Amino acid sequence: MKTTITLAVAAGLMISAVGMASAEKLVVGLASETTSMDPQFHNTGPNNALSLHVFDRLILQNETQGLYPGLAVSWTPVDDLTWEFKLREGVKFHDGTDFTADDVLCTFERAPDVPNSPASFATYTKGKTLVKIDDYTVHIITETPYPLMGNDVSTVAIISDSVGCDASTDDFNAGTAAIGTGPYKFQSYTPGQSVSFVRNDDYWGEIPVWTEVEFRPISSAPSRVAALLAGDVDLISGVPTTDIETLKGNDSVTLTQGPSNRVIYLHMDQFRENSPYIKALDGSDIMNPLLDVRVRRAISMAINRDVIVERVMEGVAVSAGQLLPDGFFGVSDNLSPPAYDPDGAKALLAEAGYGDGFQMTIHGPNDRYINDAKIAEAIAQMLTRVGIQTAVETMPRSVYFGRASTGSPEGLPEFSFILVGWGAGSGEASSPLKALIHTNDSDKGYGATNRGRHSNAAIDAVIQEALATVDDAKRQDLLAQATEMAMENVAIIPTHFQVNTWGARAGLSYIPRTDEYTIAMGAVKE
Amino acid sequence: MTVFIIRRLLQASIVVMLMSVIVFFGVNVIGDPVYMLVSPDADQQDIAEAIARLGLDRPIWEQYWLFLKGAATGDLGNSFIFGEPALRLILHHMPATLELAFTALFLAVAIGIPLGLYAGLYPDNPISKGIMAGSILGFSLPTFWVGLMLIILFAVELGWLPATGRGDTVSVLGFETSLLTLDGLSHIILPALNLALLKISLAVRLTRAGVREAMSQDYVKFARAKGLSTRRIIFVHVMKNIMIPVVTVMGLEFGSLIGFSVVTETIFAWPGMGKLLINAILQLDRPVVVAYLMIMVLFFVVINLLVDVLYSILDPRVRLQDQNK
Repeated sequence: MKTTITLAVAAGLMISAVGMASAEKLVVGLASETTSMDPQFHNTGPNNALSLHVFDRLILQNETQGLYPGLAVSWTPVDDLTWEFKLREGVKFHDGTDFTADDVLCTFERAPDVPNSPASFATYTKGKTLVKIDDYTVHIITETPYPLMGNDVSTVAIISDSVGCDASTDDFNAGTAAIGTGPYKFQSYTPGQSVSFVRNDDYWGEIPVWTEVEFRPISSAPSRVAALLAGDVDLISGVPTTDIETLKGNDSVTLTQGPSNRVIYLHMDQFRENSPYIKALDGSDIMNPLLDVRVRRAISMAINRDVIVERVMEGVAVSAGQLLPDGFFGVSDNLSPPAYDPDGAKALLAEAGYGDGFQMTIHGPNDRYINDAKIAEAIAQMLTRVGIQTAVETMPRSVYFGRASTGSPEGLPEFSFILVGWGAGSGEASSPLKALIHTNDSDKGYGATNRGRHSNAAIDAVIQEALATVDDAKRQDLLAQATEMAMENVAIIPTHFQVNTWGARAGLSYIPRTDEYTIAMGAVKE
Repeated sequence: MTVFIIRRLLQASIVVMLMSVIVFFGVNVIGDPVYMLVSPDADQQDIAEAIARLGLDRPIWEQYWLFLKGAATGDLGNSFIFGEPALRLILHHMPATLELAFTALFLAVAIGIPLGLYAGLYPDNPISKGIMAGSILGFSLPTFWVGLMLIILFAVELGWLPATGRGDTVSVLGFETSLLTLDGLSHIILPALNLALLKISLAVRLTRAGVREAMSQDYVKFARAKGLSTRRIIFVHVMKNIMIPVVTVMGLEFGSLIGFSVVTETIFAWPGMGKLLINAILQLDRPVVVAYLMIMVLFFVVINLLVDVLYSILDPRVRLQDQNK
C-alpha cells in the first residue's frame, strides 16, 4: 500500500473559489482555541491563522508557504543591508482610513512590545530598523545581510496607526481596535465559544466566497467529527487518524490531506559522557554511546519508517530523510529516507563496540503530535530488536517540554533520547538548521532548540554562510549542503513528516496548508 | 445561628489560606510554562525575555507573596495565554457553567425525586425495578462515553439536536443566558442531561430509600389511623422527612456539578469554566488554574454553609442544638 499525497499548488495568488458569491455562511470547528484578537499578543499558530482574516501582512504566504505580495507589491534588496518595500496604494482599512507607510512603522514598533505577551513577535522584528521614504515606500535596514527578510515580514500583522497601534489587547478583543485591511471584518469574539467575521466587500485582493464565517473551538476530536456529521459545522481541522478510514466511506464528508512543514525526529544526547538514561545491560554506567556517529547511524537504520507510516500513522504521514518535505526551499535532492536495515544496524553497533547492546529510555510527549506516544513505543520495539533495550516514558507536553529543554540539575536538557517535532514556521530549511542542528549559542541565538547539543563547526559555518547569503540560488545550495552534512553526521534522526487531515461537508473542500492553518479563504466549493 | 455562621466563616478562611499555599506551590512545581508559550522560532534571548515578562524569573516565595498581595485586592494574576485578568476570565465563563449546572440540578430533582418516590411506594412493581436498574446504569456508565453516545444518537443519527456548542444567548440582569431562547435550549439539553445522569440516579436512590424507611414508621401509621388521605401523608409528612438527606446530598453534589463539569464541557464544547480549566492545565496557564481552584474552594465553602442553614430551617432539631450551646 502506498499513499500518495498531492500537494495542492496554487497557480496564482490566493485560490479563488469556484462559483459566484452569494450570501453564505461558513462554520468551522477548530481543534485549538484562539486566545486573543490582538494579532501581536501571542505568536502561536491558531492565533496567527485567525488574524489572517482581519489583518493582512506586507507579504503573504500561500498554502505551501511560498511568499506572494500582500500589502507590499514588491520587496527588493537595494544593498546588502537595506530592503526596499513598495506598498500597495489605494488600500483602505475597515474603518475607511487609507493604508500608508505610517501604519507599517507603528506596527513594527508595537509588535515586539505588547504588554504581558507570552510569545512576542520580537523574534521577527529585532535587528530591523524601519525608515519611511515616502507614503508608499519603506526601507528596512539590518545590521548584517539578512536573506530571510521576506519570511520574517510575512509573520507580522499590519494594524492601523489611527486605532490599533496605541490600543491594548483588551481593545482588540472588544473589537474596537480589530481594524485591519484583510478579506474579512471583525464581527464578534466570545472567548472559548466563537469568533465571527463578515466579508470585506472592498477587499483589495480576491473577494472571498463566504459572506460570513464563524470559528468554534471544539477541542475534543470525536465531538469535532460528530459536529461535522451532524451538520453543526461545515469544516473541521485535525481529523483523528483513527476516524479517517470510516469517514472515507461516508458520502456526506470530504476529506483533504496534505503534508505539513512539521518533521518528527529524534534528538540524541551528544554532550554528556554519562547520559542519565543510558546504562549498560547490567545497569552500570557506561560511556554515552550516542557520541559515536556509528551508533546514531545504526539507530537510524534500525527504524522501519515504512511501518511507522503505514501501521502507526495509518498511512497518514510521509517518511522522512531530511528536515523538510520535498518542494520546500533549501531541501536537498540527494537525500531519501534511510532504508530499514536491522542487520546493518547490528553490524554497526558491533563495530562501535556495542555488539551486546545497552539500555536506553526514549522520552516523548503524549498529547502534542499525531500519535506521538504510539510512535515512541514502535521505535522502542524496533531498537530493542537490534539489541538496544529501550524503555518508553511519555508524559503530557506541559511537563515534557520543560524537562526536555532545561530539566537537568544544571538547567540542561534532561533526557538522553527524545521524540520531538519541528514545524518550520518560515517554510524553508534555515529554520530547523538554525534551531536544531547549529551549536547551541545563546549570544547569537543559534541552536535554541538543539536539545541533543550536536555541535559541528563545519556545519555551523555553512549554516551561518547561508543565513548571510541574500542570493536565493546560492542560499538554496548552502542550505541543502548543510542538511546533507547534518544527515551524514546523524545530528538528528528524522522519522516522518506529519500529514494533516481536514474534513468538510460534501460539496466543500479545504486546500491543505503546510503551516497547518485552517482559514476560511482555503475552504472552496467543489 | 449568628455564632454558628461566624464560627463557620472563621473555619472557612483558614481552609482558603491553606488551600492557597497548596494550590500555588503545587501548580508551580509542574512543568515549565515558558516552553508551552514561546514560539518555536524564539531564540534563547526571546525565551529569557518571555520568562522575565511573565515574572517567572523571580523566586517562588516572591511569586507567592505577589500573588497574595494581588489576591487581597481581588487580583488573582493575569492569564499567560489570554493576557486578561484570570478572575475576569473565569467570571466570564461562569454563567455558561452555572446555567448548565442549574439545569442539570433541576433535571436531577425533577426526574429523580418522582421516579424515586414511585419506586419507593411500589417497590415490587416491574416499573420500579426498571427504574432501579436504570439508576445503576446512570451510576456506572462513564460520562464521556454517554456524552458521545447522546451526540451520536440525537445529533448525528436523528438530527434533532445540535451536537456541540452553546446557542443564542440573551442578557438578563447583566448575565448572558441561553435558557431563554429556543436555540439556546436546544443546545443545553444534551450536555445538561449528560451532566445530570449521575445525579438523577443519586436522587432516585436516596428518595426511594427514604420513602421505604419512612412508610414503615409510626408517624405514618398514626397518620393513617387518623384517617389522613394517602396523598397528604406522602406529600406532606413523608416528603418533609425524606427531604433532609436529599437536600444535603444535592447541595454537596451541586458543587461537584460545577467543579467537575470538565468532561461534559469538553465533549460538548460548552464554553464554561471547566473547559477553560482543562485548557489552562494543558497549556500550564498557571494563574488561571490557581484562580479557578481558589474560586472552587470558595464555592464549596459557601455551598456547605448554605446547606447548613437550609438544614436548620428544614430540621428544628439542628436549630435547637445550636441554641443549647
